[in-house]
Amino acid sequence: MSFSFFLLVIIILGLGSYYFGKSKALALKQNDVVHSLPKYYGYYALVWFATPALIIVSLWLIFSEGIVTNQVISTLPDNIKTLPTNELTLILNDIKNKAAGNLVAGESFIGFELAAETYNSYSKIAENIIIYSSIVLGLISFIFAYISISGKLRARNRIESIVSKILLVSASIAIFATAGILLSVLFEAIRFFQIISFDDFIFGLTWSPQMAIRDDQVGSSGLFGAIPLFLGTGLISLISLTVAVPVGLMTAIYLSEYAPSRVRAVTKPMLEVLSGIPTVVYGFFAAITLAPFIRDFGETLGMNIASESALGVGLVMGIMIIPLVSSLSDDVISAVPQAMREGSYGLGATKSETIKRVIIPAALPGIVGGILLAASRAIGETMIVVMAAGLSARLSINPLDAVTTVTVQIVTLLVGDQEFDSPKTLAAFALGLTLFVVTLILNFYALRIVRKYREQYE
Amino acid sequence: MSNPSSNSSSITEIVNKGLKKRYRSEFMFRLYGITSILFAAAFLIVFFSSIIDKGYSAFTQGELNISIYLDPEIIDPDNTLDEEEIRYANYDKLVFDSLKNFFPSVSSRKERKELKALVSNGTSLRIQSLVLDDMSLIGKTLDLSVKLDSDIDMFLKGNVDITLDESQRRISDNQVKWTNELKTKGLISQKFNSTLFSAGDSREPEQAGVLGALVGSFFMLLITFIVAFPLGVAAAIYLEEFAPKNKFTDFVEVNINNLAAVPSIIYGLLGLAVFINFFGMPRSAPLVGGLVLALMTFPVIIIASRAALQSVPPSITDAALGVGASKIQTVFDHVFPLALPGMLTGSIIGMARALGESAPLLMIGMVAFVVDIPSTPLDASAALPVQVYLWADAPERGFVERTSAAILVLLFFLLVMNSTAIWLRNKFEIKW
Repeated sequence: MSFSFFLLVIIILGLGSYYFGKSKALALKQNDVVHSLPKYYGYYALVWFATPALIIVSLWLIFSEGIVTNQVISTLPDNIKTLPTNELTLILNDIKNKAAGNLVAGESFIGFELAAETYNSYSKIAENIIIYSSIVLGLISFIFAYISISGKLRARNRIESIVSKILLVSASIAIFATAGILLSVLFEAIRFFQIISFDDFIFGLTWSPQMAIRDDQVGSSGLFGAIPLFLGTGLISLISLTVAVPVGLMTAIYLSEYAPSRVRAVTKPMLEVLSGIPTVVYGFFAAITLAPFIRDFGETLGMNIASESALGVGLVMGIMIIPLVSSLSDDVISAVPQAMREGSYGLGATKSETIKRVIIPAALPGIVGGILLAASRAIGETMIVVMAAGLSARLSINPLDAVTTVTVQIVTLLVGDQEFDSPKTLAAFALGLTLFVVTLILNFYALRIVRKYREQYE
Repeated sequence: MSNPSSNSSSITEIVNKGLKKRYRSEFMFRLYGITSILFAAAFLIVFFSSIIDKGYSAFTQGELNISIYLDPEIIDPDNTLDEEEIRYANYDKLVFDSLKNFFPSVSSRKERKELKALVSNGTSLRIQSLVLDDMSLIGKTLDLSVKLDSDIDMFLKGNVDITLDESQRRISDNQVKWTNELKTKGLISQKFNSTLFSAGDSREPEQAGVLGALVGSFFMLLITFIVAFPLGVAAAIYLEEFAPKNKFTDFVEVNINNLAAVPSIIYGLLGLAVFINFFGMPRSAPLVGGLVLALMTFPVIIIASRAALQSVPPSITDAALGVGASKIQTVFDHVFPLALPGMLTGSIIGMARALGESAPLLMIGMVAFVVDIPSTPLDASAALPVQVYLWADAPERGFVERTSAAILVLLFFLLVMNSTAIWLRNKFEIKW
């Protein structure tokens, strides 16, 4: 039985149990008082049918692979069984490929074909057990539910308590996701710090993660000092904020204080377009159009500008962040009470004086929060820097040099071939952890500042 | 004793003295505002004109009208009509022979190579499949319009500087001469580049298309929607309608706000560590990409759905509760249907953002070079933004215009999604 057919059977049986539950309730209703609407009895029967079936299927999805693999290993010849784990994994992969009907490079031992067949037959057995047991169990549990349906059964309350539990679980996924991110990054990072000391990573001045091919090779250890990356990330973020903060803030001020509605009607969608452009497109623009332009411009001035200069990357990233700064500042500026403006006008201040001396000081916490959020976005931005910034880590704060960032290094370390135990791959997770922690702190404080500020004027 | 009238006049004087300066600073301030808007507008204009200028030429492709004699001596010398025999015939030679008809003087090894490189190296495969489809063609002459090689196409589109020394460009003097001759004979024409929309990736620019990436992105968005929309809406309903005000709810809210601001690349690391390494899901598959994007879109959908739920007036809830509906019935039968358009609008906008996202996809191996069009979410596949990234890295000049074309396709789909969202909002939004 194929999986899609199985799914179809389950769906049909599910609909059937709904129908039977509902019709029993309808029949009861003829000559008895029934607690809930008939459909709730249908749902009740459906839940009783589906829960055991779904539990079994999900257990199957999680465990069947492991059980079948262990069974196959136990049938392998002894000399293969005792191989080290990673070699055994390779052989198992070959067996699975063979079992799936793919071409396999070479058959590594006698009985290889047999193992593939064993694998297939065990998978088949496991699959059948699951399919039939889930259907049978589902039906048994449905029958119990069906028998228990009576006018006194509070089906609606049961269903509602299930629904509210489902809602609660959905909301908790946010917590699981955060925990998942933290744990997955943390575990790999801890493995990295077992090889490279934490101090060397945080305070080291040289980043050159290539690993040795031979153990006695020069510089075989790889150097994982992340200071150049932090510096490069900081430099590019700083450049982008110098572009985004004044422009975004002035745009927001102009839009909320000066602009006639026609200008607003044009500018707002324009900013939305700006924020809707995918970052990979910004990256392409930075790499293909802006960077050569800046380099050539520098040449005419007699300056030597790297074609992957931090300046070009920062500029484009700054433009990408303008809408974020502007919309956040717009929010906080409009939240400043009208009375404060009128008080200032009443004393004879001009509009710009009111803005500079009253509104901005009043809105400052909110604006700072917005800038922090923008900074966290700049630090975590990936595609623009991957496409337009440099690859080699250089300890430099000259905006005309090519520098590299944390995100660029994560991508270069993880894209392509990877061995999962080398410090090189694990370093990416250590960098990811750093990035996560820094942006988490920035976001947390930014959101707190913004929220406090809002409460102040509410 | 001071004279009140002279005192007030002196204040007026002081104020008047300063007025000019103050008005000037007022004017300057306003100018800064206008300048920053113009700066953003100017960037957008430069940006779009640069992309369109680079990309529009990719929608046409130079083709050469050519007659190819399907020589039985080459295809099937023993007249076996055996498919295997015909499959492995030397189709390159057929193409070369018909090119040679134009330029009979070609003889040296270098010239032969250059002549062959005029047309796309996919030409012989195309003839092979034509012959395999219809073996009665053998011995006949086919009039075909075949794709020029990308380098020649670039030359025709004016992207090759032929004043450079021959060794410094990808097309030789002979090829320039021949191309110009063929062009004056009227055999070369620019046709709509349908390959761009019907093929997967390729190493040869003229044979590369975005369909594989489009299908991959479609599968991903489908999974993202199936996973993130129900969960996001359920979470929003819980937080907005049922959540008690306690530490747990606060904690959930803090988590959602932080998730919305976590850098996307971190989600990629999560996908790599959890979905691929822990659960053993396939690399490069839209399934994993969709799950990662779903996690990313989840907070966005929650935030949008909560806003939609808040906009439903409390009178609806009160009325439903008043006639005896339970809390759950009120929410699911009355509040939810009214909030649904708003939820969908927010979700589509969130999905549009997911469509443009590429950083997490790099982490889960979607940068693989995939020629085939994926047929299920489990097949290896590219995604549209990742295709842009891959082509932007390719050294051939032909890929620059194709990158821009892929960007235009991507922007087109973003536009479609966002306009759908706006249309939905305008059509179904109820002003209470």
